[in-house]
Amino acid sequence: MIPDIGYIALIMAFCVSIYAAFAAWYGNRIGKRAWVESGRNATVIVLPLVALSAGMLILSLLNNDFSVEYVWRVSSIDMPTYLKVTALWGGQAGSLLFWNFLMATFAMLVMARKWKQNLGLMPYVIIVISMTQVFFLGISAFIENPFTRLTMIPPDGNGLNPLLRHPGMIIHPPMLYLGFTGFVIPYSFAMAALISKQLDDRWIRNTRRWTLVAWLFLSLGLILGGRWAYDVLGWGGYWAWDPVENASLMPWLAGTAFLHSVMIQEKRDMFKMWNIFLVVLTYCLVILGTFVVRSGVISSVHSFAQSAIGPFFFAFIAIMFVFSAYWMTKRRDLLSSKNQLSSFLSREAAFLYNNFIIIAILAVVFLFTYYPIISELVTGEKGFVGAPVYKQALAPLFAALLLLMGVAPLTMWYRTSIKRLQKAVIWPAVAALAVVVVLYFLGVQLWAAMLGVWIVTFSLLLTGREFWKGTRARMKRGEPVWAAFPNLMARNRRRYGGYWIHLGVLVMAFGIIGSELYQQQTQMHISSGESITLGNYEMVFNGARRYAGPDDLVVTEANVDVKYNGRVVASLAPQSELYTRTGQPMTIPDARSTIAEDFYVILVNWEPTSANEATFRIYLNPLINWVWAGGLIFVFGTLVAAWPDRKQEEVLEARQERVALGVAGD
Amino acid sequence: MRNLWKSAWLVALGVILLAAGTAMAVLAQEGETETPPVVRQVSDDEVNEVAKDLYCPVCENTPLDVCGTKACADWRELIRTKLAQGETPQDVFNYFARQYGESVLAKPPREGINLVLWLFPIVAVVLGLVFFARYLQGIRAQSAETVGGTGPETAVSQPPPSADDYAARVEQELHKK
Repeated sequence: MIPDIGYIALIMAFCVSIYAAFAAWYGNRIGKRAWVESGRNATVIVLPLVALSAGMLILSLLNNDFSVEYVWRVSSIDMPTYLKVTALWGGQAGSLLFWNFLMATFAMLVMARKWKQNLGLMPYVIIVISMTQVFFLGISAFIENPFTRLTMIPPDGNGLNPLLRHPGMIIHPPMLYLGFTGFVIPYSFAMAALISKQLDDRWIRNTRRWTLVAWLFLSLGLILGGRWAYDVLGWGGYWAWDPVENASLMPWLAGTAFLHSVMIQEKRDMFKMWNIFLVVLTYCLVILGTFVVRSGVISSVHSFAQSAIGPFFFAFIAIMFVFSAYWMTKRRDLLSSKNQLSSFLSREAAFLYNNFIIIAILAVVFLFTYYPIISELVTGEKGFVGAPVYKQALAPLFAALLLLMGVAPLTMWYRTSIKRLQKAVIWPAVAALAVVVVLYFLGVQLWAAMLGVWIVTFSLLLTGREFWKGTRARMKRGEPVWAAFPNLMARNRRRYGGYWIHLGVLVMAFGIIGSELYQQQTQMHISSGESITLGNYEMVFNGARRYAGPDDLVVTEANVDVKYNGRVVASLAPQSELYTRTGQPMTIPDARSTIAEDFYVILVNWEPTSANEATFRIYLNPLINWVWAGGLIFVFGTLVAAWPDRKQEEVLEARQERVALGVAGD
Repeated sequence: MRNLWKSAWLVALGVILLAAGTAMAVLAQEGETETPPVVRQVSDDEVNEVAKDLYCPVCENTPLDVCGTKACADWRELIRTKLAQGETPQDVFNYFARQYGESVLAKPPREGINLVLWLFPIVAVVLGLVFFARYLQGIRAQSAETVGGTGPETAVSQPPPSADDYAARVEQELHKK
């Protein structure tokens, strides 16, 4: 009964979105607003329908209704309640339904906001959003139906994939999905602007915050994914250039490029075509990424949710691509800009360099990720690109980007004189050099590390000075420092939010340099009482035990003491787990974390024989916590930039209305 | 206008330096020498050092040194045996590539179509620069044309008078409210 309600709701949502697209199209064609409004209402109705459907699936999971195939696949009777709920996105069919729910939420929010101001764009926005929904709901309803029944009802289910039981993994997919589905909003507005020829920057103003929100969730998804990998996958790292990681990094990169270049359009009315292109690119990469994750075209550690939906996705990507390209070509005359770059030492040029580097990074990641397919097409043999090649190719590009990050904020719109720029960078450059010299005598002598530290310190000083200059200007007007600093940010959230994001990235960069270039590791087989030495650390193995965990889990836990310079500083309990039903092993490392480094221990193997011997793998990850700290700063900055600002919005809206009136008066 | 070119060259120089850096890193790796073969005890660290540049042939996208399955443990033992028999890491890589296909190698051999992987980033950056230079040249030519004329475009692209002073800008923002 319950699954049937869920399925009927899903089918209804599918039909309603077809109707929404049709009503918006027809109403716009014959010029009847009532039809368009009916289309809007239909778009809004999709959300409760999909929510009902997802609710019914959750209820089936909670009821242990193993007559539903999906429930049998991802759940089991002994699983704790919260995992039964989160199992909604623990497999292909459920996660697609969840995806539909999130997309419907975004669609509803768009319909609910600023309807009146965007009457001209809205019919097209509804059409584009609804077409996307028709596709995804169609996949859910007809190909990956989460409510498919089993003829023979099994007594118990398979249980959730152990890798997905970690708290980080529970929130990581929803964040990514929110990021992915959120990009449908800028995409639909961009297409609406193209089709309706309303190519002023209204679509950009309307979607800027949405883009930031989607981008924030994508960033959060990436950061949480890294944290999850570090905590659970047990290989001492956080980013492996896995195809699925890349699949979510690529839209993030395109979105980052867009968030920067959009400022040129707002300020100088240039690069309209380029901005539309970036939005289209971002969205195509989102769909392509989803396709890659779910089709198993490229093998990955993320193969939790795979099935034969490949051809459909492929067709959809092709349609989207042709659709976008068609309208971009058709409207290209309207997209040319009157203004030109006046100097290439200017803010707009700096944004252009930023876009150039980011797109280069994107192109390299794209080629490497899809290399298995490309090489198979060309030579017949499946090639593969491992992490070392990525690092080699991308390190110089990222270095250039970080350097630009420091210098670009110093440039002015229109043009900046070289002299001014020289004056502004000389002292930070010298100070950063001094830092490198000091570190050299402290033992940091790899040329890559020294160059990296110089660039990051240099950019960090320049970014810090931007904050200082603004604060000082306010203090001169009599504001105390504790008021001046937050006021500065409140007054121009976008700029200072952006600088906070830059700071976060730079702090992360320190962490990446430290953990990439100075990671130490060793692996050894020792008996209890013996120890392993790594760096200034010594690890003593005290013993291990094996016990039954929840469900079908068998946990092996070692007990070790960590000594730093001879003094015991921590007692750690790395575990190796085995899910007996599926035979899947899991390695749960334990670490002693400080701001300087992580002493990260993995229990590779333990056999309860007479000798009580175990194999350990130990990593010393310098500065790794800077990566997470930088991530927090990054998220804070994005929140500063994206937080709704009533006053500013009113000003913008007033201006927008004035512009609209002016146009009408012509 | 001379400043324009000066800064173009600065940008180009920067990118060339970075490209040179990459090339140096590549060459440095080429020059790595292998230790002479000796029959000996092989530590876990040595095995992992080789295994980290191999990807598990059966599980998806997992480097062999961290893979937790039984099959991978066996493969690591195989690496240990081979190293103990005096084979070099390169011999081990060749063996795995022969047995399981080149896709097990983290660093694909720098030959044939794989060269694309190394050439593409460099070519992309260079082509981008060429495109950039041409674009800027176009602007230069155009602005030279419009120097005499007083079209509406030239009026638009004139910089505002005091945009150059940061403090003034903050000051301006302060006065807004």
